[in-house]
Amino acid sequence: MTIIDKTAGVPAPRGSEDAPGVPLLEVRDLHVEFHTRDGVAKAVNGVNYSVNAGETLAVLGESGSGKSVSAQAIMGILDMPPGRIPQGEILFRGEDMLKMSGEERRRIRGRKIAMIFQDALSSLNPVLSVGYQLGEMFRVHQGMSKKDAKAKAIELMERVRIPAARERVGDYPHQFSGGMRQRIMIAMALALEPDLIIADEPTTALDVTVQAQVMDLLAELQREFNMGLILITHDLGVVADVADKIAVMYAGRIVETAPVHEIYKRPAHPYTKGLLQSIPRLDQKGQELFAIQGLPPNLLRIPSGCAFNPRCTAAQDICRTEVPALQQVTEQDGTDLPGRGSACHFWKETLHG
Amino acid sequence: MAEQTEPILQVRNLVKHFPLTQGIVFKKQVGAVKAVDGISFDLYRGETLGIVGESGCGKSTVAKLLMNLERATAGEVFYKGEDITRLSGRALKAVRRNIQMVFQDPYTSLNPRMTVGDIIGEPFDIHPEVAPKGDRRKKVQDLLDVVGLNPEYINRYPHQFSGGQRQRIGIARGLALNPEIIICDEPVSALDVSVQAQVINLMEKLQDEFNLSYIFIAHDLSIVRHISDRVGVMYLGKMAEIGSDTAIYEHPTHPYTQALLSAVPVPDPEARDHRERIILSGDVPSPANPPSGCRFRTRCWKAQDKCAQEEPLLAIPERFASADTPVAHDSACHFAEEKDVVGATS
Amino acid sequence: MPDTITAADAPGAPTPPVEATGGIPVKAEKPRSLWSDAWYDLRRNPIFVISGVLILIILTVAVAPGLFTGTSPRDGDLVHHFLSNPKLTHFFKDDWFGYDNQGRSVYARTVFGARASVIVGVLTTLLSTVVGGLVGMLAGYFGGWIDAVLSRLVDVFFGIPFLLGSLVVLNAFSERSPLIVSLSLAFLGWTQTARVMRGSVISVKQADYVHAAQALGAGTPRILFRHILPNAVAPVIVVSTISLGAYISAEATLSFLGIGLQDPTVSWGIDIDSATAVIRNDPHVLFFPAIALSITVLAFIMLGDAVRDALDPKLR
Repeated sequence: MTIIDKTAGVPAPRGSEDAPGVPLLEVRDLHVEFHTRDGVAKAVNGVNYSVNAGETLAVLGESGSGKSVSAQAIMGILDMPPGRIPQGEILFRGEDMLKMSGEERRRIRGRKIAMIFQDALSSLNPVLSVGYQLGEMFRVHQGMSKKDAKAKAIELMERVRIPAARERVGDYPHQFSGGMRQRIMIAMALALEPDLIIADEPTTALDVTVQAQVMDLLAELQREFNMGLILITHDLGVVADVADKIAVMYAGRIVETAPVHEIYKRPAHPYTKGLLQSIPRLDQKGQELFAIQGLPPNLLRIPSGCAFNPRCTAAQDICRTEVPALQQVTEQDGTDLPGRGSACHFWKETLHG
Repeated sequence: MAEQTEPILQVRNLVKHFPLTQGIVFKKQVGAVKAVDGISFDLYRGETLGIVGESGCGKSTVAKLLMNLERATAGEVFYKGEDITRLSGRALKAVRRNIQMVFQDPYTSLNPRMTVGDIIGEPFDIHPEVAPKGDRRKKVQDLLDVVGLNPEYINRYPHQFSGGQRQRIGIARGLALNPEIIICDEPVSALDVSVQAQVINLMEKLQDEFNLSYIFIAHDLSIVRHISDRVGVMYLGKMAEIGSDTAIYEHPTHPYTQALLSAVPVPDPEARDHRERIILSGDVPSPANPPSGCRFRTRCWKAQDKCAQEEPLLAIPERFASADTPVAHDSACHFAEEKDVVGATS
Repeated sequence: MPDTITAADAPGAPTPPVEATGGIPVKAEKPRSLWSDAWYDLRRNPIFVISGVLILIILTVAVAPGLFTGTSPRDGDLVHHFLSNPKLTHFFKDDWFGYDNQGRSVYARTVFGARASVIVGVLTTLLSTVVGGLVGMLAGYFGGWIDAVLSRLVDVFFGIPFLLGSLVVLNAFSERSPLIVSLSLAFLGWTQTARVMRGSVISVKQADYVHAAQALGAGTPRILFRHILPNAVAPVIVVSTISLGAYISAEATLSFLGIGLQDPTVSWGIDIDSATAVIRNDPHVLFFPAIALSITVLAFIMLGDAVRDALDPKLR
C-alpha cells in the first residue's frame, strides 16, 4: 500500500543513550596505504571519527577521498598485501581491533559490526537461495537447526518488508529486483543484531523511489535496535535525510565535521562549500552551476600542504606548504560550535563570509 | 532559449518490443518486452528536452531508437518532416550527421585502442564531405579546445584521461559533424559530483554557442531540472507527463511524477519539513507483462476501476483545460490533480 | 570561457594522466597505448624472457641450421655404428649426441629437425587463426542465422577427434610436405580460435564505443576492423600462441605414426619413431630429439602464458 506521509518532518532525533565517554566505534589517526607498481597510494591519511549507539555518521566524499577504504579497514576486508595500515587505532567499545587476534576480530566483525555494500547482486551468492544465505547466519553463529533457521529467515525477510516472504524464501538473488536485494542484504546484516552497521553507498545503484524506501527502512531499523550507523556516500541529498553528523573527506583526510543541520547552511571548508554550490537543487532552478575546477587528486602524488589547494579559489602560499590540522570551529565571538571542525587555514573566512 | 516554431524532431507513437522466444532451432515468439510502448513528443530548435524515469522505463531504449541503433517496431520519428525510422543506407548516413549521441559511461564509450585524435577525427573519415583531408587535424584540435582540453593531447589514449575528461572527449566527438540535435544518455551519471558541474556547464555553453537541441535522458531529477526547458516523465514504456520544467517540477499532476519528486533527497535538512513524502509500495511491474489500462495503477494510491479498464491519454486533463497556468500540460491520468511536492523555496 | 583544467590528476589511476596548466603540458608524458603497456609488463616477466630466448634460439636453428653443424642429417656412415654413443663434451661436433642405427649424426638430425617443426607449427597457427578468427568474428558480430549456421559448422568440426581427423585428411594426399601437414592440422584446429574469437567479439560489441561508431554511420567493415577486431583479438593471441606448441607436438605425433612428414624430410617425430626400435641399446637416439621437442613445445606454451598475463588486465 502506498503511504502518504504528511506528518514526517526530519526523522525523530536519535538520542545517544550509551555510556558517555566511550563511543561505540572510534577511529583514531588511521592511515592506510597501497603499495602499487607505480608507487605508494596513500588512501587514508590520519582519519579520526567516532559513532555512538543510535547515531548516524555520514562520511561524505568523492572518488579518491578514502571513505570506502577507511570503512573496509574497519571491517577488515582490505586486501592486505597491497594494502597496509602503518598506523592508527580502531576502537570498538574501547578496544583496539587492530591489536586483537584474528579470531577475536572475526567474532566482532561478524556479529557486532555488519556491512552493507553498494551492489547487492555481487554481494549475495548467486547459487544459493536467499533463505539459505539468511539462515546460514543463524546456523553458523547460533547453532540453530535448519528448520528454525529457515523460520528466522522468513521472519527477517518480513521485517525488511519483502512481500510474500514465505513463498519467496527459496528464491535466488537474481530473481529479486535491485531494491529487494538491497533489503535482503540489510536483512543479512541485521540477522545477528549488530551494534554497528556500515553502509557503503547502499543506495547509489538504486532508483530514487526505491532509494527512499531503503533509507526509510534503515532508519526505522536503526531506531528499533539502537544501532550506530556509518553511512558512506557522495550524495548530499541522502545525507540530509538521514544523518546526525557529517564528516567530509578529501584525499584521505577529514576536511570538515559538523552536525547535519549546520553544514548545509554554513560550511566551513572551501571544498564543502564548493560541493554544495555545484549540485543542482530540485527546488531551485539556478543559473550556471558553480564548478570546482580541476580533478580529484591522484593518491600516488597528493599535493603538498593542503591537498585541496590546487582546486581552491582561496588558496594562499601557506596552503601549499602546511597541512592544516582539523581545528575547532567557533562563532565570530569565539564560542565553540560543538561537533564542528575544519581542516582549513582560512576556515574563518569561509564560515563567516 | 527555445523558439516555438516548427519542431525539429517529432516523435509519434514510437514502439519497441523485444521479442521473447522459446526454442533452440526454430524460435517461437512467446511474448515481448514492451520496452517502449507508444511515446510521442516534440523537440524544438535550441531547446533541451529532459526525459526522466527510473530503470526499466524505456528511456535508454528511446535514445537508441532515435539514433537508429535499434529498429523501431512501430511509430515514426520525423526529422524536418522526414520519417527517419524507415531510412537506410546513404539516406540514413546523411541524417546521422545531424543527430548525434553522447553516452553514459566514459570508460566504455571510447575505443581504448584508438588515440583521442583518431576518436574525434573518425566522424570526418566516415563523412569526408564535412572536412577536407588537410583540415582534419586542425578541426580535431579545435574541437579539443572547445571542450576545454589541451589540443596537444591529440595523440594520447583514453585511459590516460580521467572520467570527466573522457566525457569531454565523447562530447567533442559528438560535435564533430556539427549536428543539430544531440541525444545525451545519462552523460554525467558516472562522474564525480564536482566534475558533473563542469561537464553540465560545458554542455550548456556549447548549446548556446552552436544552437544545439538536446534530448537529455537521466534519472537524476535535479540535474534534469537544471538543464532542461521541458521535461517528460516516463514510466514502463509510456510517457506519464510532459511539460515545461516549471510545470513538471512545481505543478505536477500525475501521481507518479509526484511520487518521484517527493522521493528525491534534497540537500537541505530544513526543506524536508516542507515536503510531503510519498512512499510507493511494491516493485515496478515487468515490462513483458504491463498492467492493463493505466500502467501505474498497481502502485497508485488513487487507482480506481476506470484505471484498469481504460488507458489514460497523454493530454491536458479536462479540469485544467481552460486554465492558462503551468498546470495545464499533458498528463496521462484519469484523476490528475495538482500537488506541489517539491515545496519550492520562494 | 571554457573551464581551464588546472592541476591535479585523476583519482586512483594506475598511472598519472595528463596535466596541464593554462594549456601547456607541465610534464611531457608520452602517449601510451594499451599494447605498449602490455609490452612493458611482458618484458618484465621472467617467463617471457626465458621462453623468448629459447624461441629465438630455436628459430635461429630452424632458419639457419648450417650455423650449427656442417654435417648432413641424411648421410649416414655405418662405421659410426660402432662408436655410436654420445660424446657429451664434444660440443657442437658430430658425435655430441652420438649416432643413430643408420650411422647418422643425431646432433645433425636434431638441428635439422627444428625446421620442420617450426614451419608446421607456424603455418598451422597462421592458417587456423586467420580462418577461425574470421569465422568467429562474423558469427559473433552478426548473430542471428549467420551465427547459428557458423556455430553449428564449428560444432561439427569440433566433434571430429583432432588427430584422427587430421590423419584421415592426410591420407587423401600422397605428398606429405610441411604445407600439406599444416593444412590437415589447421583443418580441425581452426575451430578453437573461432570459438574464442566469437565469445570475445560478442562481449566487445556491447561496448558503447561500438554503438558510437554505428551512430556515426560507420560501415560494417570499419566497425569490424577498426573497433571490434583490435579489442577482441587479445584472447585469440593467447590461444594461438599456446596452440603453436600443441601443433608442433601434433606434427611430431603424426610423423611418429608414420603418417605425417616422411623421409627425406627430417623431423623429430620420425627420429623418435625409429628410435623406439633401438631404445634398449641406444637410448640416446630417442633422448635428444625428444628433449628438443619437449623444450620447443614448452617454450611456446610458456610464451602463451606470459602473453596472457600481460594482456589480461587490459581486457577488463
